Amino acid sequence: KIERSERERGRKMGIRFILMVNKQGQTRLAQYYEWLTLEERRALEGEIVRKCLARNDQQQCSFVEHRNYKIVYRRYASLFFMVGVDDDENELAILEFIHLLVETMDKHFGNVCELDIMFHLEKAHFMLEEMVMNGCIVETSKANILSPIQLMDKAH
Amino acid sequence: MEQLKTIGRELAMGSQGGFGQSKEFLDLVKSIGEARSKAEEDRIVLSEIDILKRKLLEPDIPKRKMKEYIIRLVYIEMLGHDASFGYIHAVKMTHDDNLLLKRTGYLAVTLFLNEDHDLIILIVNTIQKDLRSDNYLVVCAALNAICRLINEETIPAVLPQVVDLLNHHKEAVRKKAIMALHRFHRKSPSSVSHLISNFRKRLCDNDPGVMGATLCPLFDLITEDVASYKDLVSSFVSILKQVTERRLPKSYDYHQMPAPFIQIKLLKIMALLGSGDKSASEIMYMVLGDLFKKCDSSTNIGNAILYECIRSISCIIPSPKLLEAAADAISKFLKSDSHNLKYMGIDGLGRLIKISPDIAEQHQLAVIDCLEDPDDTLKRKTFELLYKMTKSSNVEVIVDRMIDYMISINDNHYKTEIASRCVELAEQFAPSNQWFIQIMNKVFEHAGDLVNIKVAHNLMRLIAEGFGEDDDDADSKLRLSAVESYLQIMSEPKLPSLFLQVISWVLGEYGTADGKYSASYISGKLCDVADAYSSDETVKGYAVSALMKIYAFEIASGRKVDVLPECQSLIEELLASHSTDLQQRAYELQALLALDARAVESILPLDASCEDIEFDKDLSFLNGYIQQAIESGAQPYISERERSGMLETTDYHSQDHHEVPSHALRFEAYERPKPSSLRTQASTELVPLPEPSYYSEAHQPISTSSVSERESSEIKLRLDGVKQKWGRPSYQSSTSASSTPPQAANGTSSHPDVGVGSSSLKPRSSYESKKPEIYPEKQRLAASLFGGSSSSRSDRKSSSGGHKPAKGTASKPPKENPIPVQPPPDLLDFGEPTATSVTATDPFKELEGLMDSSSQDGGSTDVMGVLYSDAAPVTTTTSVDSLLSELSDSSKGNPGTYQSQTSKGPNSQEALEKDALVRQMGVNPTSQNPTLFKDLLG
Repeated sequence: KIERSERERGRKMGIRFILMVNKQGQTRLAQYYEWLTLEERRALEGEIVRKCLARNDQQQCSFVEHRNYKIVYRRYASLFFMVGVDDDENELAILEFIHLLVETMDKHFGNVCELDIMFHLEKAHFMLEEMVMNGCIVETSKANILSPIQLMDKAH
Repeated sequence: MEQLKTIGRELAMGSQGGFGQSKEFLDLVKSIGEARSKAEEDRIVLSEIDILKRKLLEPDIPKRKMKEYIIRLVYIEMLGHDASFGYIHAVKMTHDDNLLLKRTGYLAVTLFLNEDHDLIILIVNTIQKDLRSDNYLVVCAALNAICRLINEETIPAVLPQVVDLLNHHKEAVRKKAIMALHRFHRKSPSSVSHLISNFRKRLCDNDPGVMGATLCPLFDLITEDVASYKDLVSSFVSILKQVTERRLPKSYDYHQMPAPFIQIKLLKIMALLGSGDKSASEIMYMVLGDLFKKCDSSTNIGNAILYECIRSISCIIPSPKLLEAAADAISKFLKSDSHNLKYMGIDGLGRLIKISPDIAEQHQLAVIDCLEDPDDTLKRKTFELLYKMTKSSNVEVIVDRMIDYMISINDNHYKTEIASRCVELAEQFAPSNQWFIQIMNKVFEHAGDLVNIKVAHNLMRLIAEGFGEDDDDADSKLRLSAVESYLQIMSEPKLPSLFLQVISWVLGEYGTADGKYSASYISGKLCDVADAYSSDETVKGYAVSALMKIYAFEIASGRKVDVLPECQSLIEELLASHSTDLQQRAYELQALLALDARAVESILPLDASCEDIEFDKDLSFLNGYIQQAIESGAQPYISERERSGMLETTDYHSQDHHEVPSHALRFEAYERPKPSSLRTQASTELVPLPEPSYYSEAHQPISTSSVSERESSEIKLRLDGVKQKWGRPSYQSSTSASSTPPQAANGTSSHPDVGVGSSSLKPRSSYESKKPEIYPEKQRLAASLFGGSSSSRSDRKSSSGGHKPAKGTASKPPKENPIPVQPPPDLLDFGEPTATSVTATDPFKELEGLMDSSSQDGGSTDVMGVLYSDAAPVTTTTSVDSLLSELSDSSKGNPGTYQSQTSKGPNSQEALEKDALVRQMGVNPTSQNPTLFKDLLG
């Protein structure tokens, strides 16, 4: 088991986690692509949120380095989207990936807001499941991302 | 009104028909949403845990109720509390026939459990069943779960089915199946080694989504083994070409850019394949050149692709034309007002600088602006760049800056990194010993607990050995200056342990050597250290040993030793120490004090720390004894390895093939690190620090000299023959022969440069004119970093402008550089044509023509693209696109803004209605968090 986790740690996997946190620092969605224990997540989220929220977003980069991660973040209304990536990921592309995610949610919910995500947490997750697998971006067509969700809605 | 109400209900309850959410759930979400502090949130969650624990015990919970409970469990864990009491219910839900419930179950399970959790075994069966389902959405749900939950042991249980699904008629299934294989490959490469061809096959899938997903596993495979995929170079190039020509469905467009995420992945793959491979690189020239022309640098996504192109070009063997395009893109980034783009520009500069070292020159002021920017992220990135362009002429400025920054930050992770970089640069480029010791002192003082112990040992070794130039006078001066600086620093409170160890050792060896300080003075200081850091046994040990040396030197030179009362009491204290190590040291010291001068001198000779101590590893002096014992009937010794080998005869030889499915416990030791990875390992041992990419790419035999040199620098600091990081090595070696030819070369190249280089010169002048007053200290800094001086700016302009770094080193004759440095071969080949880009026209002129003609083609398709894009947003994505313009920093002056704002009208009204109705549903936005209702895009 030790050997395995070592092998995986050495590997670059692109996206390591996606967080949605509101400006009070409360988590609204968390998806990790590598296993962290509850305590590790709690600590990590606390540190990252403190770091990102402390930055004024006017004149600064949308990227922050934290431990071995690079955090790419973007703020929409009250909600911060934070994506933890490996060091050699294309930060600008991740920034646009966040926007694509928001556009996709917007397409589904219509003027998506924080409450939509809170009430439909599982749907937000379903969208992410379509877009990201194994830490890689696998689907970027909004139609393809939303079609399974729409089909499920229709079935009920 | 009635109609509005139903819409509202749908909005509030989700459009899930019969599976609407209960009042309870709405209340929970509401209270979480309005919690003002973490403590309040914790209280809510804790009471929710109590409620759920009770509710889950109730018999016959309706399914839709259960689904809600599961989501509530997800909330509990998301907010940082343990919900393991409900895991089993999530597992059960995966068995449900209803798709939504099943998928929710799978989702919860993937969020809750790691791949080694005991409950997984209960799910594997369900997954197997679901993979056979007729409903492709059920199959997809199972494949999603596979990508999260299946570990090495359970792969065989699902592998055959996953392989079958690779040919499923639904593209969504094929896509997820290929990602499942990707996951298996990551978990256990051997489990799918016979299935690798499937990845190639899926690359040709009709569906662009499947093709795009397949790039992910291929990227991994190519990273591991480039050589086996060289045949795919032209396929990737042609896919990229087709993507840029908008052959993919429109739904993959993002902000009028065709499938940008697929483009970026392709560029990453091409970078791997073209690295160090000229013929592969040449295939890519055309499409890369096209991308530079096509990419819209006014949008973020366009810049993301441009940046990826720069990265690819820095990896492959680029053409001069591409290098120039990359350099242009970088200067655009650096001149932008957006911090994000500046960041990308600095990063790109750091990548390109190893191929064309001159490129940083024209951006010096931009770089310094970034270095002084209040934004920490940008600052760090700039330090990374400086680290890459350090050479002996600017090492002092750069390391000083780094240390100032290191002192100013609290983040231990980064502190460690920057400290180790300072050490590395100082070891490599130190202009003088004094400076080196000074820098080391600062590093130890401010980050002593974070640096690796090897650094301390290196420093001690350096002080002991001097610089190996047989100049005893210089060596003793160095030691004296070290002793003096340490005596001064010692009085400061709370020094790091490692630093104190170095100090104690140096004082012990050389404290009295020069005769400047008396033995009692030094020994008093050492006692102070042992006293002040009495809880640190290592420091105490070092201090006692140092005392012993001081006394030994005194005895040996025939002087009478007065043991200070505080030393005496220290020794007595340590004689009774709990630490046997300290006890032994104290006893040894006590014994030594009683010996005569001759004996002492042979125990601890003066200045003998560098003498080799011979020892017999094989203990050959015992051979006679062993022989005797065996003759008298004793068993011969069997090494431990052999003994354990005898215990498990079956497994012993399997050490080599590791990837044998390890269902059973493994008993053999871990594989020894392979020699190829030894070097990197050594450096990670020293400090967690990415190696400068020069070395990792310079594996050719020629460069081994520089590599081994570096390795030896870990053992011993060498200043002769330091590798020049920046500047053109070929030029350097020629300076020793004669100094005129390079000048002439400069002259000839400067004229044609005006033609081609005008594009690079002009932006710079515009940059300067934009900022007429450049602070003199900034200029000075620029000069010291980039090797030019502010006064020589004008004469540089009159000459070529690109050759400054080389000139800088030329004006300062390389005093400590008698050995011509071997450059990393493949990079240099191309450094040459870049510098004289115009003379090397012939092979590329044709290409140039080709690119131009193709760009005209590209232009016409662009027109089509513009037509499309004009039409598209108005009809479909108006609201989104226009709102974008308010948020995204790039799309200024979008003519559609006004129109969109009018179209925003009904939207915001809709949002208000939504608010109102949600309120009616009992979720009142109290004053506490009204932003809950704000549209994310509004």
